[in-house]
Amino acid sequence: MAATQIIFWFLSVLALVSALMVILSKSPVYSVLWLIALFFAISGHYILLNAQFLAIVNMIVYAGAIMVLFLFVIMLMNLNNETEPQKNLWIQLTGAISGGCLLMLLISLIKQATEIHGKRLIFENGTIGLIENLGKSLFNEFVIPFEISSVLFLSAMVGAVVIGKK
Amino acid sequence: MQSLTSRAKAVERSPMTFLEQLYLWNILKGMFITFLHIFKKQPTIRYPEQKREFSRVFRGLHVLNRDSEGRENCTACGLCAVACPAEAITMEAAERLDSEKHLYREEKYAAKYEINMLRCIFCGLCEEACPKDAIYLSETFTPADFARKNFIYNKSDLLIPHRINQAEELSAAKGL
Amino acid sequence: MNILVIDWLIFAEKLVLIAVIIFSSLGVALYTTFAERKVAAILQDRPGPNRAGPFGLLQPLADGVKLFTKEEIIPNAANKFLFILGPGLAMTAALMTCAVVPWGNKLELFGRTIALQIADINIGILYVFAVVSMGVYGIMIGGWASNNKFSLMAALRGASQAISYELAMGMSLISLLFLTGSLSLKTIVEQQINNSHFWNIIYQPVGFIIFFICALAECNRTPFDLPEAENELNFGYHQEYSSMKLGFYLFSEYINMFISSAIMATMFFGGYDMPFVDESKFDPNIAAIIGIVALMVKVVIFIFVFMWIRWTIPRFRYDQLMDLGWKKLLPLALANMLITAFFILLQSNPIKF
Repeated sequence: MAATQIIFWFLSVLALVSALMVILSKSPVYSVLWLIALFFAISGHYILLNAQFLAIVNMIVYAGAIMVLFLFVIMLMNLNNETEPQKNLWIQLTGAISGGCLLMLLISLIKQATEIHGKRLIFENGTIGLIENLGKSLFNEFVIPFEISSVLFLSAMVGAVVIGKK
Repeated sequence: MQSLTSRAKAVERSPMTFLEQLYLWNILKGMFITFLHIFKKQPTIRYPEQKREFSRVFRGLHVLNRDSEGRENCTACGLCAVACPAEAITMEAAERLDSEKHLYREEKYAAKYEINMLRCIFCGLCEEACPKDAIYLSETFTPADFARKNFIYNKSDLLIPHRINQAEELSAAKGL
Repeated sequence: MNILVIDWLIFAEKLVLIAVIIFSSLGVALYTTFAERKVAAILQDRPGPNRAGPFGLLQPLADGVKLFTKEEIIPNAANKFLFILGPGLAMTAALMTCAVVPWGNKLELFGRTIALQIADINIGILYVFAVVSMGVYGIMIGGWASNNKFSLMAALRGASQAISYELAMGMSLISLLFLTGSLSLKTIVEQQINNSHFWNIIYQPVGFIIFFICALAECNRTPFDLPEAENELNFGYHQEYSSMKLGFYLFSEYINMFISSAIMATMFFGGYDMPFVDESKFDPNIAAIIGIVALMVKVVIFIFVFMWIRWTIPRFRYDQLMDLGWKKLLPLALANMLITAFFILLQSNPIKF
């Protein structure tokens, strides 16, 4: 077992545990903090795959910006056990069923995906995650989807400003 | 409205230009002013090592005086206590015995003489009221203390040391 | 059986380097608190702390002892775990940035070449940004866990300020990255050492000014120290903190100042490049030491400017602060970026008439 594999297992366990804790912890603030830990673990996985740019951007955008906004909202709403509304049994049941369906779907998809079969992770050798290669492929092969997604973000921003102005 | 002085200036309320809104130029001006202060002389007196000169008219801690033969001047007439605006001085008079002629100048002397230094405002009116040149304000501070009762100075604290019997203490009190 | 296939020598070398850099940045931060008080005093025509040791040089130790011996107070209603985690996070985030700063060129010791940089990763600047954005959590968690509404307000104030200024900071750096074409701090420094190339400040003065202002805001320094406005906004996110936990918060601020000075020196002022001296003529060890000294001199100058600004300018009102960040600096940085991009395009595709 090489060092990278040890790190891989450690990060995987960390990611799974923190993902579970996001759902299981009582206080929403703790949920957010576990989510941040999860993002860190995923960033670690990206680094193992030699996708440093993705790792850092994941940290900047998700852990650094979006989670701060989440924390903002949760801290300002001051959610705790007393103020949490009692959930209807039916809502819980529907939630469980739909979540279970999604899980089934994911598992069946992974089982059916033939490309994954017999393939192993390429540690440290892949170069697609390096910033130069990523930039080149984004602006050559995937330039249209990339630009369309930026238009999408722009429209989201305009929408936010319009809602904020009201 | 007519302005009160010739130096009055109308407040300018025109909207700021873009450069002014960036604040940069004004900030640089301010920083230049503070930079000049690096080269200014510090007015600080580093206290325990350096001491500020007292003014010639400084009024400090009281001293009860003796005459040239070392006898106490005070006759306990009470004029200082009357003159005191802060009512800091109390005294008790006693009659001099024949055996005490070398200790007190007049027939009456102060058996007890107390000044409350927390009340005293160091105005010097006691000094002016005294007909016998018995009380003076010296050039020292009242030292700090932890208890209020220690600020009531009695005769032994105030009396100037004897010129012959306590020569050492006198020179110490003079700061020689 | 080879469980861990690591070059142990490199591991040990890096460990020593990390220890040296962390302890020296702690030491620098310690003496920055002293320098802060001294600079404040000099700018205000007074002598400043001069009692502890010769010229007051032991003052930071005295302050440290004072903080250590103070009573450790954890409020009853506070969230205990997060309350302790907050200062730790602030400190960790402050110290983590120093991993990518090239503190000097190479040392040659015991027949080995030791690079004076913990990690030369090809996304150095982005790493700095990631860590800086982590620093917000120290503030937010500390403020929230105190269970005090004033702390919470201050934490929100601080976090929103940090997020707002990160944007303009990133924008101002993008125009610099157009020029360098690399995100690695080491490469950026080496480009500036090259004789045919001046320091980046010559090419990007506007970018530097924006970056500097944003660095002030990120370090919560005056005129942007709204998160810890002692006198008018009821202290800050560390209102409930006492003893060494408070010390950690204050300390992390000074470490942030030190590291951001180092990064500014690296990116805009040639890093460990001594101007007008050709380092390649010297023995590599001497050249490395010259480089470290040059970088430190630049850092000290920056820290002095930080302090100079602090003791000159009063703090902004909060709406002015947001106004400056979003409506002035961000458009300015965008314009700077577009103009730089235009010139670079012009350079690479000269127009033929």
